[in-house]
Amino acid sequence: MQLTDLSMLELAEKLAAGQVSSVEATRACLERIQRVDSTIRAFLRVDEKGALAAAEASDARRRAGTPASALDGVPVGLKDLFLTEGVETTAGSRVLEGFVPPMDATVVRLLREAGLPLLGKLNLDEFAMGSSNESSAYFPTHNPWDVTRTPGGSSGGSAAAVAAREVYGALGTDTGGSIRQPAAFTNTVGLKPTYGRVSRYGVIAYASSLDQPGPMTRTVADAAALLQVLARHDPLDSTSAPVKTPDYSAELEGGVRGLKLGVPREYFAEGMDPEVEAAVRGALREYERLGATLVDVSLPHTRYALATYYLIAPAEASSNLARYDGVRYGLRAKDAKGLKELYALTRERGFGAEAKRRIMLGTYALSAGYYDAYYLRAQKVRTLIREDFTRAFQQVDALVAPISPVAPFKLGEKVNDPLSMYLTDVYTLPCNLAGVPGLSVPCGFTKAGLPVGLQVLGRAFDEALLLRIARAFEREHDFFRRLAPV
Amino acid sequence: MALTLEQVRHVATLARLALTPEEEQRMATQLSAVLDAVEQLQSLDVGAVEPTSHATLADSLLREDVTRPSLSPEQVLANAPAKVGTSFAVPKIIE
Repeated sequence: MQLTDLSMLELAEKLAAGQVSSVEATRACLERIQRVDSTIRAFLRVDEKGALAAAEASDARRRAGTPASALDGVPVGLKDLFLTEGVETTAGSRVLEGFVPPMDATVVRLLREAGLPLLGKLNLDEFAMGSSNESSAYFPTHNPWDVTRTPGGSSGGSAAAVAAREVYGALGTDTGGSIRQPAAFTNTVGLKPTYGRVSRYGVIAYASSLDQPGPMTRTVADAAALLQVLARHDPLDSTSAPVKTPDYSAELEGGVRGLKLGVPREYFAEGMDPEVEAAVRGALREYERLGATLVDVSLPHTRYALATYYLIAPAEASSNLARYDGVRYGLRAKDAKGLKELYALTRERGFGAEAKRRIMLGTYALSAGYYDAYYLRAQKVRTLIREDFTRAFQQVDALVAPISPVAPFKLGEKVNDPLSMYLTDVYTLPCNLAGVPGLSVPCGFTKAGLPVGLQVLGRAFDEALLLRIARAFEREHDFFRRLAPV
Repeated sequence: MALTLEQVRHVATLARLALTPEEEQRMATQLSAVLDAVEQLQSLDVGAVEPTSHATLADSLLREDVTRPSLSPEQVLANAPAKVGTSFAVPKIIE
């Protein structure tokens, strides 16, 4: 076994026992990146110097017997949507090329304080808008399980880097499934916490009422450990929830005996890949065998979630992306005559096709004469979707469902057909609209060897139960131990 | 709902995007398809439903109104594409 094949907690154990140093683990990651990233293309930039300096500091703390946290010295990567002081941050966009943040996002600060060396910035769909990583302005990332396929998006770089063992874990963000879908596509674990559980301060905004950062790891226990570092109230983020952080690892092995797990019938719609459905159904039977009761539940407004999301998210995006105007940071159209032309030309040259599409859609939905028919109506349907979840959680402890109706698709397959791409998010979006937590755990493979993920959804702030449910399955099946062939 | 090129140009002006003629054409086709797909929301009766703008918090939480250290003007201006002294520079807009 290679050093980079270890999970975060396995490495942490070796670091604590003095069997390996953080510098050795960090160098192993850097060598792995050197070897495989020309094929996978997960990294937009590697911060070798910064990571090694952090690793040396971590080793010094270990020698002094004062580790900063249980994960002190474990190297990780960051989606390039998180501000990192002194390290270029682009959100996968030309419009932010050359932007060097003067500060860290809160979660980046928390990782530094916990002693985790940060290996660099990972590729993403531009401003987190996409489901395949192909809308990055720089290059598409490839799926380590089949390099002709997408790793999913928008946190596809984070997922691919974890699956390719270039990093031990990573941070992603999930606005409509952007942590869970790439996790499912790469045989990794992805957790979208409850909206408000993890600070959004310093995370470049796409759709502010939906965005939520979270961990992407190889095991459920790693996700619990990483969430432990990230989950806390942040006075710098007015949407950060002032709630207590539980001990996520403490209840992990509690099993599912006696739990009621809801199976939302609307999440098994026509058109689903039969192999994906078979893997998910197999996981549901496993939960029954382990002592859970499966309950048929209905989330009747699920069919409206896609339309609701594709009005609300672009509306918020059109507002958030108004700040990229060529004045304060990033690209500037130097040949513009006058201020209006400066804005229009800078944005025309700086944004890619998907970002422009969503800005246009959002601007339209918010414009005079259309606001009530589109944006306000979508907000009201969002209420109905939330109420569906509230009713379901009166009957059951959590929901279990597929993540994506399809297995990882080919690069280029959907990129010119936005609607077809949007449809792949159909089972992940409702969770964000309702603000509840959701998790993806590996649950099988197709005959072609492509990973399939199982989604677990829970009540607000009930991440501990989601992790416990996912761990119960992981303990019985070692899909997560299979290594991508890179 | 089919968007006309004229509507696309109007929205592009509002969004401060200088689209090329090809982009305008493509945007009309693609946005029309998305708007057709979201049309299904019109079939729901939402007359008595309150809108949700944020998922979990009813109100924004405010910090205490006290002065704290912030970024220096130099840090704020460090990424500016053009600056004059301690100001962001923009093209002249008055004669």
